[in-house]
Amino acid sequence: MQMTAWHLMDMLLALLLLGLAWGALSTRDLKRGVVLFIAFGLLLSLVWARLRAPDLALAEAAIGAGLSGALLLSALRDAPAMEESGEKSIIPKLGVGLLSLGLAGVLAWAWFVAISAGAGERLAGIVMVRLEESGVGNPVTAVLLNFRAYDTLLELAVLLAAALGIMSLGPARRPFAPPEALLASLIRWLVPLLILTAGYLLWVGAHAPGGAFQAGATLAAAGVVLRLAGRHRIGLPAGIRLRLLMAAGAGMFLLVGLALMLTGRPFLGYPPTQAGLLILLIETAAMLAIAATLVLAFTGGRPKTDVLANTAGKLEASTASGPVPVRPARAGGANNDCNPEQKAC
Amino acid sequence: MTDILGLLFIAAAMFFFMAGSIGLLRLPDVHSRLHALTKADNVGLGLLMVGASLLGSDPVLAVKLLLVWLLVMAASSASAHLIARQVPSGEEDPACK
Amino acid sequence: MLTAQWLYGLAGCLIAGIGLGNTLVGSSLLKRVLAINVMGAGVFMLLIAVAYRGPDLAPDPVPHALVLTGIVVAVSATALALALARRLDRGQDDG
Repeated sequence: MQMTAWHLMDMLLALLLLGLAWGALSTRDLKRGVVLFIAFGLLLSLVWARLRAPDLALAEAAIGAGLSGALLLSALRDAPAMEESGEKSIIPKLGVGLLSLGLAGVLAWAWFVAISAGAGERLAGIVMVRLEESGVGNPVTAVLLNFRAYDTLLELAVLLAAALGIMSLGPARRPFAPPEALLASLIRWLVPLLILTAGYLLWVGAHAPGGAFQAGATLAAAGVVLRLAGRHRIGLPAGIRLRLLMAAGAGMFLLVGLALMLTGRPFLGYPPTQAGLLILLIETAAMLAIAATLVLAFTGGRPKTDVLANTAGKLEASTASGPVPVRPARAGGANNDCNPEQKAC
Repeated sequence: MTDILGLLFIAAAMFFFMAGSIGLLRLPDVHSRLHALTKADNVGLGLLMVGASLLGSDPVLAVKLLLVWLLVMAASSASAHLIARQVPSGEEDPACK
Repeated sequence: MLTAQWLYGLAGCLIAGIGLGNTLVGSSLLKRVLAINVMGAGVFMLLIAVAYRGPDLAPDPVPHALVLTGIVVAVSATALALALARRLDRGQDDG
């Protein structure tokens, strides 16, 4: 076996990933562990790009490294920074170590069986043959939204369930401090750029790497950046419209599926001529739902606008059911919509 | 010819990245480390983008890489500013010994 | 059998093992949430290593779709776990 540059890079990446995973989990400083985990996620997205999975690379960088990291760091605000040293004896640790090795061994055996099995009918071949009648040109999008659409429907339902759980567990975390000049001017152009990129990723997912999940994660990143800059209103609507937005992903799937059943086709059996349009419709709703859920997850609970009934009138008038672009800056103020002394904002 | 030039740029970028990483590990306090990180790494990224666009065949790729570099510079300068404001200047980091 | 498949597949198995071990003996809730994420990442590496077919053939898109679903589900489960942890801490402080 000759050592090419690819092999060298693969070995380096695999060793780095192992080292980062071990380091993130064996340190007692929690913040350091989270930062190492973010680095792990970024290297993992490099591995996806290396293994010819560009959709996954985009999604891992945005969701796995970016949003997971933001969630964990935001959870560290309330948790203690260092954990107490546990007084665990060595016997349970040995047992668990053996169990982990056992799991690794079982997985390696399963992988070996999968690799060395005779070349059967490749799924990629089947997908490529049926790709034109799926309505999109990107095989991963075709599999996600057409050939295995049930999985995506259930995934959006899982997302909704997680959002309901988060909302029912308590109010949102306290917001961040008002931004100073550099951060305020950064978000003034970064957030519209993120929204534009999200729209582009949604559109281009039909024929190139991209799609609803990556677009939803980019939109969620816009909401997270707004939240970090101290905005209270981060594009999430209030009350019933928030619930409708979060349910829109699974809801649009069900609507399209049931409407297709009314026309005599099976549930989610798209007609090949309209498949592209229906997929785009479902992906748009899914993008909005994913973004709303992830931003809600970052805030940590039920938004304050739900609790304060007396400001409901003022907020209902100025919210929109979707991501709100940043207003153009008025002269001389970053907090142009929220007076810092005002509590009910 | 352009290939060799591109590889030279990438080699120079690697030198800058290494300098930034060594600075991160060896400099005493947060502010000097931020200096090393943002300056060296951003210059390194710019050289890397020039080298990559020389090695690539598409002029549109060069524009995209330029935009990436500008975005990274803006984001890293904002986050370096935010970090620097949190730490009182002149304080030695006890973890770096 | 390609070298990339060997390397990333076995690395994925080991990372999944490391994640499982720390989930069981992790000393704090946040550490265990991190470990579950790492375990998931190891399994994803395994799936994508199996789906990789080299620089000439197109990779299998079905494991890609499965892993994409898995990434989104993992982040939503992490968010719910962190909200639960926060509620537990608040509950302990009150009573």
